Amino acid sequence: MRFNQKKPLLALVMLIAALALAVGVSACGGGDSSSSSESTEAEEATAPEETGEETEKEEPAEEGEEAEAGAEAITSDPANAKVSLTIGSKNFPEQEILGEIYAQALSAAGYKAKSDLSLGSETVALKTLKAGQISGYPEYASTALTSFFGLEPEEVPSDATEAWEKANAEFEKEGLEAFEPTPFASANAVGLLKSTAEKYNLKTISDLEGVSEKLSLYGSPECRQRIDCLAGLEKLYGLKFKEFKPVDISLRYTVLEKGQADLSILFTTDPQLAAESEKFVILEDDKKVFPAGNIIFVTSKKVAEKAGPDYEKTILNVQKGLTLEVMQELDARVELEKQTPKEAAAAYLEAAGYVE
Amino acid sequence: MSAALLPHPLFAGFAGAFEFIFSKQESSVTGGKKVGGLEQVLELSWTQIEVSLLALAVAMLIALPLGLYFGHKGAGELVAVGLGNAGRAIPELALLAFVAAIVGVGVVPLVGALAVLGIPPILTNTFVGIRQVDRATVDAARGVGMTEFEIMRKVELPMAVPSIMTGVRGASINIIATATIAPLVGVVTLGDFILGENVYGVDGVVAGAMVTAILALLFEFALAGLQRRLTSRGLRLQPQ
Repeated sequence: MRFNQKKPLLALVMLIAALALAVGVSACGGGDSSSSSESTEAEEATAPEETGEETEKEEPAEEGEEAEAGAEAITSDPANAKVSLTIGSKNFPEQEILGEIYAQALSAAGYKAKSDLSLGSETVALKTLKAGQISGYPEYASTALTSFFGLEPEEVPSDATEAWEKANAEFEKEGLEAFEPTPFASANAVGLLKSTAEKYNLKTISDLEGVSEKLSLYGSPECRQRIDCLAGLEKLYGLKFKEFKPVDISLRYTVLEKGQADLSILFTTDPQLAAESEKFVILEDDKKVFPAGNIIFVTSKKVAEKAGPDYEKTILNVQKGLTLEVMQELDARVELEKQTPKEAAAAYLEAAGYVE
Repeated sequence: MSAALLPHPLFAGFAGAFEFIFSKQESSVTGGKKVGGLEQVLELSWTQIEVSLLALAVAMLIALPLGLYFGHKGAGELVAVGLGNAGRAIPELALLAFVAAIVGVGVVPLVGALAVLGIPPILTNTFVGIRQVDRATVDAARGVGMTEFEIMRKVELPMAVPSIMTGVRGASINIIATATIAPLVGVVTLGDFILGENVYGVDGVVAGAMVTAILALLFEFALAGLQRRLTSRGLRLQPQ
């Protein structure tokens, strides 16, 4: 009975419960609906593109043509239809876009090609390739050399062709082969807010000496142990950080914006670096802990033989337009404008003149 | 632990995981530094236990009073059970991403997100446990002059202990298993082994999962023991 006199308390409890429920439901809805809202947003984004965003869409085409005049339209050969190909990729946006570009280009060349964009790590990707579950996937030459073939980061050749030849020689020992590299290269980088860089007068990673003890560094969970990440910064630069915190890759800019991280591991192909150059900067890697890697398409010799000459030709042709600017623009479409990798890839192929 | 002890080929995959737990292993991406081993496993396990206990405590702090109150009033069944069931449907990874985007990363948002996972089973089981207390007993308690608060504390709560503890045990298993996603928001738990296959290899992934399962069992045993101690003697099931 005593509780009846405390109706306001009951109301309060109910309110809190309702609030908790609302937050819970909205969190749940937020997670669930992201995929559906993604697709609707993306549809909206592509629809007006036909008219309004025409200029933006032209961009990759122009750059592609400027960089490499040889972007020739892909012609379909009906003879290829009897070959089925599955193109894999690791599960983050840049890889997914590349996987889609290769898969769609091979379809355009007449192959029965589909994509499988869910491979969690390079170890998994390589295993899947060796087991024949995928025909091939795009890998960074630097990652292949350090992760698969045991090179130290500083041993990775900075010349793209040299790195590819070295990786290809190793792949060939295992019945695999790698096609020539893309024009663009991607590397990890230590990124920070421009204001932080100005405060401590930081331009290179070596400048962190004496300051790093005061700064927190955030990176992907596996960064902590990797020699081409935190372990390398500690070992090769001799830096000690106030703390290292692992976070999901998708949070790498959020933690900087929220002021939680002083430093965050970014990618040089990140669209945010181009779009918000007044806000985010990266430090020059003067001791080469983060080797830059061009994409090499790794496949098995068996698949390449079965698929015939059009396989390699199509892949090398379609990656000609992939300069750093184009890759950043494609990453931006997926990461910032929430297009699907499939749509971004289709837009690239069309704009660069590979398909009608 | 050698493979000979695990004769069935199905277990062959676990031999490497055992080795990973007990001795340090080579890794191709660490620049020569070895990974794994008992020291690291214990260190990460301890962090996982810490955040799990914190989350369980927060969940109990929220869910127990709510369940007691609604159960005693016999009202709010819709809220207690509905909230409980709705809570079970929340995808934890989405919740964590949501919290991380708003609050940021670290122990506090992690514990909050994990506690949300623990609230539904505790709330529902507490509510049901209290409701199941015989009304005649409650009336008798009222008849001998107990206040409503005394009825809750001395009659309903002790009689509902088995049900409440079932909820707490369910919550603890949910929480400790899910604490493996902590490395995505800045806390290094056993999930580091599971998420870092490039560093730790498949053995590390399996080892992380195995140790997590062992921790969940330990929690279960500890809470089962606690339940026996908390249950009043008159309510214990007597062996025939």
